[in-house]
Amino acid sequence: MKTQWETVIGLEIHVQLATRSKIFSGTSTVFGAPPNTQASAIDIALPGTLPVLNEAAVRMAVTFGVAIGAKISARCVFDRKNYFYPDLPKGYQISQFQHPIVGAGSIELRLDDGSTRTIRITRAHLEEDAGKSLHEDFAGMTGIDLNRAGMPLLEIVSEPDLRTSKEAAAYFRQMHTLVRYLEICDGNLNEGSMRCDANVSIRPAGSAELGERTELKNLNSFRFLERAIDHEVARQIEVLESGGTVRRETRLYDPDRDETRTMRTKELSDDYRYFPEPDLLPVAIDDAFIETARATLPELPDQKRRRYVETFALSDYDATRLTDDPEMARFYETSATSAMQLNLSYGAAPKLAANWVLGDWSAALNRDELPPNHSRVTPAQLGKLVARVGSGAISGKIAKTLFESLWRANDPSADVDALIKAQGLEQVSDADELAALVRKIVADNPGQVAQFRAGKEKVFGFFVGQAMKATQGRANPQRLNELLREALAAP
Amino acid sequence: MNPFGNPFATLTELADSLRSKQCSSVELTRFYLDRIERLDAAYNSFITVTADRALAQAEVADARLRNGTAHALTGLPIAHKDIFCTKNVRTTCGSRMLDNFVAPYDATAVARLDAAGVVTLGKTNMDEFAMGSSCETSYYGCTRNPWDVERVPGGSSGGSAAAIAAGLAPAATGTDTGGSIRQPAAFSGVCGLKPTYGCVSRFGMIAFASSLDQGGPLARTVDDLALLLDTMAGFDPRDSTSAVDGHAGHAARTLHDAKPRTIGVPREYFQLLTDPALAASFDAARRTLERAGHRFVDVSLPHTAAAVPTYYVVASAEASTNLARYDGVRYGHRCESPKDLTDLYERTRSEGFGREVKRRILTGTYALSIGYFDAYYLKAQRVRRLIRDDFVKAFETVDALFAPTAPSVAFPAGQISDPVEMYQQDVFTVPASLAGVPALALPCGFHQGLPVGMQFIGPHFSESALLALGADYQRATDWHRRTPAGLE
Repeated sequence: MKTQWETVIGLEIHVQLATRSKIFSGTSTVFGAPPNTQASAIDIALPGTLPVLNEAAVRMAVTFGVAIGAKISARCVFDRKNYFYPDLPKGYQISQFQHPIVGAGSIELRLDDGSTRTIRITRAHLEEDAGKSLHEDFAGMTGIDLNRAGMPLLEIVSEPDLRTSKEAAAYFRQMHTLVRYLEICDGNLNEGSMRCDANVSIRPAGSAELGERTELKNLNSFRFLERAIDHEVARQIEVLESGGTVRRETRLYDPDRDETRTMRTKELSDDYRYFPEPDLLPVAIDDAFIETARATLPELPDQKRRRYVETFALSDYDATRLTDDPEMARFYETSATSAMQLNLSYGAAPKLAANWVLGDWSAALNRDELPPNHSRVTPAQLGKLVARVGSGAISGKIAKTLFESLWRANDPSADVDALIKAQGLEQVSDADELAALVRKIVADNPGQVAQFRAGKEKVFGFFVGQAMKATQGRANPQRLNELLREALAAP
Repeated sequence: MNPFGNPFATLTELADSLRSKQCSSVELTRFYLDRIERLDAAYNSFITVTADRALAQAEVADARLRNGTAHALTGLPIAHKDIFCTKNVRTTCGSRMLDNFVAPYDATAVARLDAAGVVTLGKTNMDEFAMGSSCETSYYGCTRNPWDVERVPGGSSGGSAAAIAAGLAPAATGTDTGGSIRQPAAFSGVCGLKPTYGCVSRFGMIAFASSLDQGGPLARTVDDLALLLDTMAGFDPRDSTSAVDGHAGHAARTLHDAKPRTIGVPREYFQLLTDPALAASFDAARRTLERAGHRFVDVSLPHTAAAVPTYYVVASAEASTNLARYDGVRYGHRCESPKDLTDLYERTRSEGFGREVKRRILTGTYALSIGYFDAYYLKAQRVRRLIRDDFVKAFETVDALFAPTAPSVAFPAGQISDPVEMYQQDVFTVPASLAGVPALALPCGFHQGLPVGMQFIGPHFSESALLALGADYQRATDWHRRTPAGLE
């Protein structure tokens, strides 16, 4: 019988903390500066320079720890991790080995079927990033950019609790959401603000023992993570089923070729010669510091989702999608609130706002490749638009056109009502006006009237079309339908 | 005697000359620059002389002296050990690796002295990366002892000590990791203070062993050390190990605070002192101090014998990683046309570092390696704690400890070739380094025409009390006023 394999995955996520300056120097952390222009004497390890810990990085790590219910170390220690590489200026990385700042915690992973599973987090520690080696563009040489050297990282290490590539991607995504809610990371994956290493092994289903694992390095998107794991699992199954053994090694995922390949084997175990960093004192974190972090925690994604379901009567699915991104949630809530304020009697405002945010608004952002906080329509504008649709003042179709023109205008001062009025977009719902129109259409098209009355139901669309044409689409479709039916039924 | 024109005048005396307008800072600076130019070929105490810069600083100092904004040290010329980074002036650390290195910043200790108006004559010779007890490991050649040029001046701050002894500078900075201020002070017949760890900022001071390195002054008298320390010491936000409430900066004002002290004589030190000729000097020093009203008691520091091996594990371990940055990639020496990355590393470091530095890197790397870490590094850290506890316990009953500075007088250059024998030079100095406590080294006699040095070791941040005790001793003796023959 064919062996059923179970996949076991643990993730190490490197989160670049959103501090203004580097973790051990005062150098700016702004992304995208020309190479080596954000590299101070400390960052390039000139002789005699010393690290000084950035308190903001400590605060962010503690905030994370509190959010995952972890124990915060009263005293944490920085260590030197020693290895030579041209983009590592000191010849060692300052990291935390034995006494990390954040101890064991957990998150509730939400699965596709709506159930949740606890994923244990082993620890999270502070460390500095290395610079970048640029292997292209230098004709056989390697360029070194030290702007990234000394950027603050929080490395979040999970237990091997994940079982599928989908779960791994969902966990990565959920962490991505969490750190942005906590405002400790900008979450820009394409700028390397979050990178992930996956430890992957397989074992026969039901086995309690772990198989030999490989480490997949530097995965910076949810999709790459999922695909890299899928490939690696397939490769390991093939190795084992053909009688081979999986070697402990570090592998690199190549998204262009969609494969993983050996980076280095760990047969000769790396010896990083960790020892306590003598240039930094152990960091004492008192209860008051931790309590302040706890007291100032923002509403977390789960809490927000539950609130949307309970107070906005949204579906779990919509609430989840809206709360995935804190900026989207913020936009949504402002839109929904202003819609409700304009149209209090309209109970469906939150639902209608959700449809608009998840529909046209998200589509427009995607189309223009803009992040939510660069929306060309303000939440107040969208709220008003939603309110006017909800009240029946404008039709849904007109609203879509109006949304597009608002988006194009990119003018926060543009007023939805003024536009409706100026462009004469108000829906025609007036019974007398519509009745007169219907009478005229019926009178003008005796042939079509006869066809309809002879049972040709399809011709009904012709009359709707005529009415919409005459009102430039502003006729209230429901009222129009009723009146047309009435007029056409009676000979 | 008018101190100006006397190369062996103290800072205190020279400051009086400047204030009473007997001479200007420019004249004083020229005087020392001229002596360096004429005489230093025999001693090799300077690696770099900064004549133009010194004269420019002296002019500014003279202006301050004229307009009444002068500090106690304004206009006084001194030298810096070439381990302190000096903005726009080469800092070599005695190594080929940094032969071309110019820092874009001043070490905090240098900046503080500069701000006080001190004039920098130049950068003094030292053992490479401060690893040595004789100044023989310098890439720039050995410094010679002004008392006998066939002998070493001690190390690693040998250039600073020799420059003072030869009257080429009235004072200098040094650093002490395991005795590098105190032992050269003893060999060269000058005074030196290793402050409490955390007292003087390590920023801009090129690291040897981060948990031990401490900058401090060398000078002709204890009074001068106090003047310098008061300016050099202080909290520095750029050094995380710098003490917030360290040295209060009033040592120069409390030098006459000659309270009768209880002084401990650690029996282990004197058991290790095998040369009876030196013992006579220490006995005489004791009698002098007793006459001044101080009381001696026997104390025990049981872990003294473990200090040298402990020190060489801890210091080498830290050094092995502190020196990893010298890789030929960003600054410093780089080998010619490397084949690949490994070749770049190997040849750069093989060429750039001398033998002793390589030995320490290898020793330290070994001590930190998997499988040896517990047996060496961790064990050394545990022993270090015991050594520190010895001192803390001793200071429950005594105000200070009295000890030899070095096991012998200055030895001839080239005499000690066995590294382990060389390490034994540090037997009386490394315990205080490991404990992080301050120690004051000062001359207390002569043996065969060569200076003999003693030290007072005190509790953490007791610099002022140690200096007051030393000043009391120097008021009763004149060993510190002796000068080598033929140098006036």
